[in-house]
Amino acid sequence: MNLVERIDQAPLLLQRWAVGFFPAFLQPWVAMLISAAAIIGVFASLFALSTLAERKGLGRIQNRPGPNRVGPFGMLQPLADGIKMLIKEDIVPLRADKVLHFLAPIALIVPSLLVYSVLPIGRNLVAMQCQLGVLLFFAIGASTELSIFMAGWGSHNKYSILGSIRAIAQMISYELPMVLAAITVILVTSSLDTVKIVEAQAGGFWAWHVCTPWGAIALLTFFICALAESNRAPFDLPEAESELIAGHLTEYSGFKYALFFMAEYLGMMAISGMAITLFLGGWQAPLPMLDFIPSWLWFFGKLAGFVVLFIWIRGTLPRLRADQLMNLAWKFLLPIALLNIGLAGLWVKSSAWIAWPVSILLLVPAVIGLGRLLRGSRPRGGKRIYQYAD
Amino acid sequence: MLGTGILKGLKETARNVIGSFRDKERLPTVMYPEEKVKTKENFRTFPFLVFDGNDAMLGLRCVSCRICEKECPPQCIFIIQERDENNKAVKHPRVFDIDFSVCMQCGICAEVCPFDAIKMDNIYELAGDDRFTGLLVDKHRLAKSNHYYHQIKPTEADEVDSRLAEDRRKAEEAAKAKAAAAAAKAAPPSSTAT
Repeated sequence: MNLVERIDQAPLLLQRWAVGFFPAFLQPWVAMLISAAAIIGVFASLFALSTLAERKGLGRIQNRPGPNRVGPFGMLQPLADGIKMLIKEDIVPLRADKVLHFLAPIALIVPSLLVYSVLPIGRNLVAMQCQLGVLLFFAIGASTELSIFMAGWGSHNKYSILGSIRAIAQMISYELPMVLAAITVILVTSSLDTVKIVEAQAGGFWAWHVCTPWGAIALLTFFICALAESNRAPFDLPEAESELIAGHLTEYSGFKYALFFMAEYLGMMAISGMAITLFLGGWQAPLPMLDFIPSWLWFFGKLAGFVVLFIWIRGTLPRLRADQLMNLAWKFLLPIALLNIGLAGLWVKSSAWIAWPVSILLLVPAVIGLGRLLRGSRPRGGKRIYQYAD
Repeated sequence: MLGTGILKGLKETARNVIGSFRDKERLPTVMYPEEKVKTKENFRTFPFLVFDGNDAMLGLRCVSCRICEKECPPQCIFIIQERDENNKAVKHPRVFDIDFSVCMQCGICAEVCPFDAIKMDNIYELAGDDRFTGLLVDKHRLAKSNHYYHQIKPTEADEVDSRLAEDRRKAEEAAKAKAAAAAAKAAPPSSTAT
């Protein structure tokens, strides 16, 4: 094993070395514990980093410097935020459902961390290689909806319940096109195993799924749905502060709020990781000659790119209206995703020479036509009639 | 075309981010405690008492006429006139207090003062740790030199100085004329004698 490979496999070797200290019957358990601890440690610190990046980035977008008082260039701001969150009083409303109110953040953070177990972070670096990895990811990810509703119901607050109802409606609507976009990849690679999906994209960026007509559209659909699934702007209706205070977070303070906040960022990064795995070659280098850079560095680089994109979009787009949100999911993304599955089938059954022109011929009119339809559903022109307000 | 508006918006925000690193226009924030915006000359906060010369208490222009005290809308000025050993009023304040916690910075005191003795300052970093004494400012803390007045409000101070000099010159001329008139009055007998 040469040095490059050694660095590439460093986390794995470190784990094996640590496990070696334990008796044989304990070793599988210790290995599991170490993987879990590594995932929690790495992604929790990435959460801290991304909150800092978000605050700085949003500041720059809005022509202000962002946090710059704590530590050099405000680098220690996440630490200060964390201390502040920990020492704040934890208030539970008098008439809240105490059990649900307490369990909701836990029930949210556990699946948010659990989904990382199937993400291949580098070559041989996956906590749990599972034949049904993609399915497991979406199944666990869907359970976060339950915990958001737990939070809304348990708070005994009208804003909370309205926010969580909105969240459920939004997340279920967008889960559908998201899974349909992911199905194209499963169709082409004929595997639900995330490791095998990444291996199918080996050999440079032209082998990545995003460089196919169906892959590009699926990634776009997947990304829009990822924005909605992680409740990020412009789809942050469940937390629309001008309408619902903070949605399901209204009655949460202190560390429970921090857990919700962490779950949002963890969910955002997990879904970006899935997008990278499915469409952007996972840990693969874009060019074969760049293979000397450790595979996990490529994964985290792509992840950082996604996080920046999330922040950029949050700083740019205003919040959607509820009906616009639903129209986008059901009238635009769903038909596109369904059409896309057909195109993926065409890609498998025929050659690229046929699939490319056919895909473009079908997709361009579909996108333009459905876009027109979307615009048509928006009320415009004429006098606005107010039914209830004078 | 669907999505062009989004791309346009993304371009604009990206220009903001890149521009904020090199263009002052795109990052206009002033880092307040370290750097400060230079105040305008007619910016005013609280009143202060102007004195001429070096001794703050001797050079006070205030003659304790109490016009400012009467005009002050929130009545934050408190004056007691100085009296000499014969209990005769002296043109000097014994006590001149302004309660900055009451003062509303209207500048009426400075407008009505016929002696240009009270003017508006431009300090704004005032905070007291005591609600009652810290912001109740006596004449020793209120007194600031004419030089300081020139520093904070050059044009206004020049105008006041020239006006005062003019008044002084007129007063001297009047005194001279009076003296001359008195002399002329004293002279006639001798003139009639001749």
